[in-house]
Amino acid sequence: MTDPSAREDIPITADEDVVRVRQVVRAYAQRAKLGLVDQTKLVTATSELARNTLIYGGGGTATVRLVTEGRRQGVSARFHDEGPGIPDTELALTDGWTSGGGMGLGLSGARRLVDEFELDTEAGRGTTVTVVKWSR
Amino acid sequence: MERIPILKIGDVLLASIQIDLQDRDVLALQEDLAERISETGAHGVILDITAVDIVDSFIGRMFATIAATSRLFDAHTVVVGMRPAVAITLVELGLTLGEVRTALDLEKGLAILAELGEQAPR
Ligand SMILES: Nc1ncnc2c1ncn2[C@@H]1O[C@H](COP(=O)(O)OP(=O)(O)OP(=O)(O)O)[C@@H](O)[C@H]1O
Ligand SMILES: [Mg+2]
Repeated sequence: MTDPSAREDIPITADEDVVRVRQVVRAYAQRAKLGLVDQTKLVTATSELARNTLIYGGGGTATVRLVTEGRRQGVSARFHDEGPGIPDTELALTDGWTSGGGMGLGLSGARRLVDEFELDTEAGRGTTVTVVKWSR
Repeated sequence: MERIPILKIGDVLLASIQIDLQDRDVLALQEDLAERISETGAHGVILDITAVDIVDSFIGRMFATIAATSRLFDAHTVVVGMRPAVAITLVELGLTLGEVRTALDLEKGLAILAELGEQAPR
């Protein structure tokens, strides 16, 4: 089945949606002709972000897009929730810091694995994380 | 959710992951393996991740947890078949696998377990 659209929205409300995000991002990364290592990095980063959306954000939506810039192609993935937000983003982006029982590697690790990383959050307002990975 | 089958070969337990892991599959595998190790007295566990195309922090933590749990039962854990792209990504993610041993393939994994078994005869 080929999906000709350049954008897909995935609701994140349960465990299996994290797997669904990984599958959709993988398909988009292949369409954008990312190399295997870059595909793997992007899929891993989005797996972390989708799980955060589910666990801390109380659920939300992932939006996956094909993006172009000149001759470059890439994939953008945006994770949006209307949960409690992140009061201290610097702390949240510190390797090893977790407010729960995690390893505190999701956000900081995801940032290392992508080319562009944007965190937009406010306590009480929810969280939006957008990442982009470009083909080389 | 699907249960990941655990095979017993001699005194080694083999779990070959062939599905896209949901977090609850990961937790179930941890529990199932702990139970099987204590039941069988196996001296080794092999996690075959040849078919696994990403390892994120949750899945990576399972490897470390299984390894630590198996040590409580005097067993060792070896993860085999990690894809190069997965290995590169794990390093960049910043994940360290604790006392988890890794081997290129099943055969080398079994060899490591045999060696560890000889070092500590019982
Ligand atoms: N969408 C979100 N909404 C609210 N808080 C969040 C969100 N995402 C992350 N956080 C906060 O940032 C902290 C760090 O997140 P990060 O993903 O780095 O680590 P973790 O999820 O705790 O552990 P790991 O991902 O390694 O299992 C979380 O513990 C949580 O407090
Ligand atoms: Mg996380």
